[in-house]
Amino acid sequence: MNEKERVSIVVFSGDLDKCLAAFIIGSGAAASGMEVDMFFTFWGLSVLRKKGVKAKGKSFMDRMFGMMLPKGAEGLALSKMNMMGIGTKMMKDVMKKKKVASLPELIDIALQLGVNLYACEMSMNVLGLKREELIDGVKGIVGVATYLENAAKSQITLFI
Amino acid sequence: MENIKKTLDARGLSCPMPIVKLSQAMKDMNVGEVIEVLASDPSFVPDVEAWCRKTEQKLIKIDESAEIIKAYIEKVK
Repeated sequence: MNEKERVSIVVFSGDLDKCLAAFIIGSGAAASGMEVDMFFTFWGLSVLRKKGVKAKGKSFMDRMFGMMLPKGAEGLALSKMNMMGIGTKMMKDVMKKKKVASLPELIDIALQLGVNLYACEMSMNVLGLKREELIDGVKGIVGVATYLENAAKSQITLFI
Repeated sequence: MENIKKTLDARGLSCPMPIVKLSQAMKDMNVGEVIEVLASDPSFVPDVEAWCRKTEQKLIKIDESAEIIKAYIEKVK
């Protein structure tokens, strides 16, 4: 058999709707036998934050960023119609009623299917995030060269 | 139909879950065995066709005559 087909997804956005799309494509590709790498950078890093973790030794600015950024996948808001959180709440309720998987569920599924999640080291540094503040499934904290090596081997590359 | 090893109930589930559950369910099946999938998501029809082409599994039949879609897939590899 030939080498597995690959998908590389850059998740730049920290918007709930866009991240849902990223994880639906990622888990769908993994379920179709493809090797999937997802690289989380900048606002996208919020998705990987673990709930309720306080890292020690952070500067004032780092702590401020930590307070202002969404605290994990459950804390993300819609890119449109958020309406101070009311729109996001309504959308989550509708999705639940229509049995659409939630973002935390999709992340779990992606991990079960062997999707590789990577965090961008430089963005983590800028936003003052530490390794222990990220969910356990993160495979590595990497730089652009790792992304490029994987993307160059991929038949599908997306920037979300 | 012979050889139906199991039935996967994906009724009510939306994209991508029927495909995800199908891929997981087929992992512990043997070559030659058939899985029956029940689904209600209309996109499951084109999706299961595409999934079978992509993963090189054999789609034996899709029954869309009733409200519940039934697909039969044989594990060939």
